[in-house]
This record gives sequence, C-alpha cells and structure tokens, in this order.
Amino acid sequence: MIRIPYLLLVGMLLLAGLTARAAIETYPFSSEENEQRYLHLVEELRCLVCQNQNLHDSNAELAQDLRRQVFEMIESGASDQQIVDFMVDRYGDFVLYRPPMRRSTWLLWFGPILLAVVGVVVLLRLIRRSNSGQAPEIPAEERERVKRLLEQGRD
Amino acid sequence: MGNKLRFLVPLLVFGGLVLLFAKGLELDPRKVPSPLIDKPAPAFELPRLKQSDATLGIDDLKGQVTLLNVWASWCSGCRVEHPFLVKLARSGEIPIYGLNYKDEPADALNWLRRLGDPYTAVAVDRDGRVGIDWGVYGVPETFLIDRDGMIRYKQIGPLDEETWNSVIRPMVERLKAEAS
Repeated sequence: MIRIPYLLLVGMLLLAGLTARAAIETYPFSSEENEQRYLHLVEELRCLVCQNQNLHDSNAELAQDLRRQVFEMIESGASDQQIVDFMVDRYGDFVLYRPPMRRSTWLLWFGPILLAVVGVVVLLRLIRRSNSGQAPEIPAEERERVKRLLEQGRD
Repeated sequence: MGNKLRFLVPLLVFGGLVLLFAKGLELDPRKVPSPLIDKPAPAFELPRLKQSDATLGIDDLKGQVTLLNVWASWCSGCRVEHPFLVKLARSGEIPIYGLNYKDEPADALNWLRRLGDPYTAVAVDRDGRVGIDWGVYGVPETFLIDRDGMIRYKQIGPLDEETWNSVIRPMVERLKAEAS
C-alpha cells in the first residue's frame, strides 16, 4: 500500500523537473567559446524586474528577452564590451552588477577602505594611549596591607 | 578637542546616519533612472494596432510634443492609469501615442474597445525588441518626447493626475513655448 504515494511522489518530482527545465532556454551556440561568453555575461548583468537577480537566474519575461538579445549579439559577432555598452545605453549602469569606476561611484568603491583606515587609526591610538599611561603609584599603606595579606596567606 | 566635545562625536555620527537612512527610505529602488533622458528617442518602425498594414515610426511623432505610453492588456498598472489617459487625450493637451508591449493584438484591441482609446496611434511591439531599445523594464512607462524627437522625461509606473499636473504638464508647457 506504500506503492501509490511513492509513485505519486516520483511523478510529482518528474513534473517539477519539467517546469525547472522550461525556465532555462537552451541556445544553439556555434562554439563552446561563445557559450562560455554568454554564461559569463548573463551572470554579470542584472535583471531590472527582480533587481537582486542576474539575467542568468531570473525568470522574468524581460530577463528572457535580454538573454535572447545577448545570445543574438554574441552570435552576430559583437564583443563583450559592445554587449555591455548596449545594455548600459538602454538601462543605465544599474544593469551592471559591478558598478563602473567613476567620480560618482568613488565613495562606493573606496568608502569601505576609508572606513577601515579610520577604524585602524582610532584603534591604534586607543592602544597606544592605554600603553603609554604609567601604572598608578600605590600608596605606602596599601603596600603594607598587601604585604601583610601575603604573609598571612603563607602561614 | 575638549573632553566634553568628544562625547558629541558618536551623537553626530548617529545623526548623520539617521539623515542618510531617512533619505534612503524616500528613494524608490524600483525607479531606475533612464540613461535616455535628453537623448534622441530610439528609432522604430512597427505595424499599427488598428491598421496593421500601415506602420508607425518615430518620425510620425516628430514636429510636436508627444507622450509615448508603453502599455499592455496584461498589465495591471496600465489599467490603473487608463482612465486618466482617456481624460488627458480628451482634453487635447497633448497627443498620446501607444507602444503595445508584448501583447496579443486581439487582447489589446478588445481592451481599447472596452475602456476607451486615448491613443492617436498605437505601435505593436509583440516581441519586445523596441521595448529593449527604449529601456522598458516594467509597464506602464510613459516618455515625454519633444518636437525634435528627444526624450525629455520618463514616467515609470502609472501616470496620474497629480504627476501630470506637478511634473509633466509644466515641462510640456515649457517645451511648447521653447519651440514656438
């Protein structure tokens, strides 16, 4: 009697496989190199509809269209740079997962390094200050007491 | 730095962060600025929705200040803005052209029959290629195009009376005044 649920489960898993396959279209690349370039580019380009996914992962209609666009451009001989420029001309720098280096993005690129430098400087100053301070003088009577206590302990 | 002032430093840093975050909350990450603003509108030549043997191209829009509204019958935001588009078209302030994006022409025609047709003409972009050239990533989108065919503004999401009055109409009036 375990059979039927088991078969059902297998059947459902097989069906799930079908829908997963439908999400990723396969393109007839003319060469292995073109396919590798395609895979690299769709990883680097962002889908504008589901903004935290790249073209490779997204199943949005626009992502499908843009993947087709990338495929067609690669097969028609466009360079990677031409394809990236094509996308940036239409959708802006936002399509790039790696923001370009320019004046408006300097803070983005160097901000974390700047913060780290500030943090290290502050830390070093704190450490140096706590080291440079002389150990406070212990008053004579306290010293006597310590000596007495130590001697008591010895007995 | 005085000893007392030192205690203000964390407070100031905190205050700065609060301002930054407050600003960040106001920004809508779904609105990606278009690089096409103040650039020539991308050329296209597509069949018209109502007379599919004729075409509509960017040259048909030139010579007047126009809106190009990207829409589809499957798009819920388009339904939201549609009554306003009909009203705007009726006022005669500006010709509205449509770009029917990745839609079934039969569905699109049906939609216009039921909800009213605000468009001077509609171009049919079935496979979304012209949409890519225009940087369309979420319908509805509306482009303001000047007489020379330059894109001046892009509205992302439904166009409503408030945005029209406060943002787009002043630009339209300026563009009309500039050219005459």
